[in-house]
Amino acid sequence: MDNITFIGAISVFSAAICMAIGSVGPALGEGRAVASALSSMAQQPDTASSITRTLFVGLAMIESMAIYCFVVSMILIFANPFWNYVISKATGG
Amino acid sequence: MRISPDGIIYAEHGIFKINATIAVTWFLMLILVIGSKLITRKLRTDIKISRWQCILEMIVTGIKKQIEEVGLTKAENYISFLGSLFLFLFLSNLLTIFPFYEPPTSSLSTTAALAICVFVAVPYFNIKEYGLANYLKSFIKPVFFMLPFHILSEFSRTLALAVRLFGNMMSGVMLIAILLTITPFIFPVVMSVFGLLTGSVQAYIFSILATVFIAAAAHESATKHFKQP
Repeated sequence: MDNITFIGAISVFSAAICMAIGSVGPALGEGRAVASALSSMAQQPDTASSITRTLFVGLAMIESMAIYCFVVSMILIFANPFWNYVISKATGG
Repeated sequence: MRISPDGIIYAEHGIFKINATIAVTWFLMLILVIGSKLITRKLRTDIKISRWQCILEMIVTGIKKQIEEVGLTKAENYISFLGSLFLFLFLSNLLTIFPFYEPPTSSLSTTAALAICVFVAVPYFNIKEYGLANYLKSFIKPVFFMLPFHILSEFSRTLALAVRLFGNMMSGVMLIAILLTITPFIFPVVMSVFGLLTGSVQAYIFSILATVFIAAAAHESATKHFKQP
């Protein structure tokens, strides 16, 4: 395998692995957070507005992990620096 | 494949480029400024107010209530910054219902600029409220070796704020672009409705996080230093 094929294959594969593993953890975490928020809202409906606000902030924090993974895989697929480097080496001589 | 509206360039002069991000941002600013100017031109205080004034009052009091619930008691000082942040993001994400519109928030430049605004606003509001010495002291609470962690957290949360909004909006735009090539007719509509929900939630999250950051720093600055016996 030459360099270009190698980098392309590894990039696509690692983007898929990054997205796959990186979405499992935040999904479980968000599920737990929403479940406990719902049960506390069912117990104390008066505090619903405060719980919802805190829930949103917390969900944003948890979700940012998944978003990082997404951005990294987008970079690997569409704006890969290693790929660009190898291409410029190959064309530049 | 384009991953942000930065790629569409309308005019170019040397290093200054007018791309779609800047143009759409100016357009949104124009809508917000002219709309508010038209509505607030004839404000009334009696029982019969216009429909638009009623909407504006609902928005302003709603934002004020949210800021107060987070813990900033003098919401009037902060509402000009946090409210315009929210309104800009909300409008920018809401207009995705129009075809051929690309939200400027799906470019990392816009979100990074807004996050830097928040990064500057936190010390600004705190120094204005509590003075420089109290603000700087909040970095060495509870003990002085927390200083590097406090500084690191300032930068990392700014990065997280920018990348979160960018990732959410960019993923929405890209998802619809990919779906249009696979299942062209009905399914992209469903996803773009879902994108509206995500967009408004992200606008809310961005502004509430900015409020929480300011409130947290204010809380740190206000509490007296605890002397260990």
